[in-house]
Amino acid sequence: MRSLEDLIADAPTFRGLAPDQIALIAGCGANERFEAGAALQREGEPADRFFLIREGAVALQIQAPGRGEIVIETLQPGEVVGFSWLFEPHRWQFDARANEPTRVIAFDGACLRGKCEADHELGYELMRRFAWALTERLQATRLQLLDVYGHGRRG
Amino acid sequence: MAAAAEALTDVPGPMVPAPWTVRSKRRDTADTWTLELEPAAGGAISFEPGQFTMLSAFGTGEVPISISGDPGSASGPLVHTVRAVGLATQAICDADVGDRLSVRGPFGRPWPTAELAGRDVLVVAGGIGLAPLRPAILSLLAGRERHGRLALLYGGREPEQLLYPSELQGWPELGIDVAVTVDSAGPEWLGHVGVVTRLVARAEIDPARTSALLCGPEVMMRFTVAALTRAGVAAQDIHVSMERNMQCGIGHCGHCQLGPSLVCRDGPVYRWSELEPWLAIREL
Repeated sequence: MRSLEDLIADAPTFRGLAPDQIALIAGCGANERFEAGAALQREGEPADRFFLIREGAVALQIQAPGRGEIVIETLQPGEVVGFSWLFEPHRWQFDARANEPTRVIAFDGACLRGKCEADHELGYELMRRFAWALTERLQATRLQLLDVYGHGRRG
Repeated sequence: MAAAAEALTDVPGPMVPAPWTVRSKRRDTADTWTLELEPAAGGAISFEPGQFTMLSAFGTGEVPISISGDPGSASGPLVHTVRAVGLATQAICDADVGDRLSVRGPFGRPWPTAELAGRDVLVVAGGIGLAPLRPAILSLLAGRERHGRLALLYGGREPEQLLYPSELQGWPELGIDVAVTVDSAGPEWLGHVGVVTRLVARAEIDPARTSALLCGPEVMMRFTVAALTRAGVAAQDIHVSMERNMQCGIGHCGHCQLGPSLVCRDGPVYRWSELEPWLAIREL
């Protein structure tokens, strides 16, 4: 059985961090499992946690009046669910639902923020990595907004 | 001399359209149809994956349409998957079984299928861009033992707008990994949601062994190339199918000029290394 440290060190967001930094992060994490259809988080609730997907898939979705639930993105193993734990007011902006039986490492956001405050080197590394993940998602969202398949090619 | 002149008139030139009959017709999505055509005069047509024909419902103008059929089926029908986006394509999609359409071609530089022997091949399609890639996929699967890992990443707008759903389900059994994503979906869709470039980032790519074939909206291809480049795939191993204003199909009229090349004659398939300097110029 692989340790929490090994699982975290393998994830793209945390890959390359020093073993002592991985150990600090692992100290705020715990394994958790969600059945298909279960909610990991709900819009508006306190964002006191975030998740690293080990197995399964998680849909980020939002409720739109008159349109019901809209899935914005599906996240896969190795990806992080949730950034709201980083920024005040620490409230979830979207729902997150397990599309299938899903195993995650759930991190205590307040615990990790505290460690980042105490160890700015760790804080800088984590912020750099989360900024990259956010940039990737922002770029993908911009492409999504272009609705490129709504126009163009004939066949 | 007389015999030579007679022979010349017997062989219609590439600008002469031939009548083809609609043998069958299938609705793929709300605005997209797949038509099977057979030549009114009998015979068949041979083509290479990635080539296109100039197709027309008589009286409504010609449009370049990629061939989406099986290149290994020499005596089979000519297959086109057409999205109705204007007068000419709407008229083609409106054709009924038994109606006649005009066909010129096939034209253009195909996907470099021979060059893909021994390589991992990553096929990335967006929207109706899967249609020009379908012959390449069928060709790769027909010679499955000649290749390393095969993977298709396919992105569409919504689940109901995905092409060839039964083939997408069946292809993995034939030896190609298939990952599908849509830009937008309701909660009943349990597949991927997100742009196709995110699938590239998630794919396990061995960049030295990988060749990529791309077809879709130009913006989607640019973003996909960026993701492939980040993964380490070389520009000369990325092949893209371009669309421009192709009219004659044989490099005479110049309407489809892109930098120093004519897309109908020198493309539509290009290496990214050939194309990159020209796509950076906005006016082109």
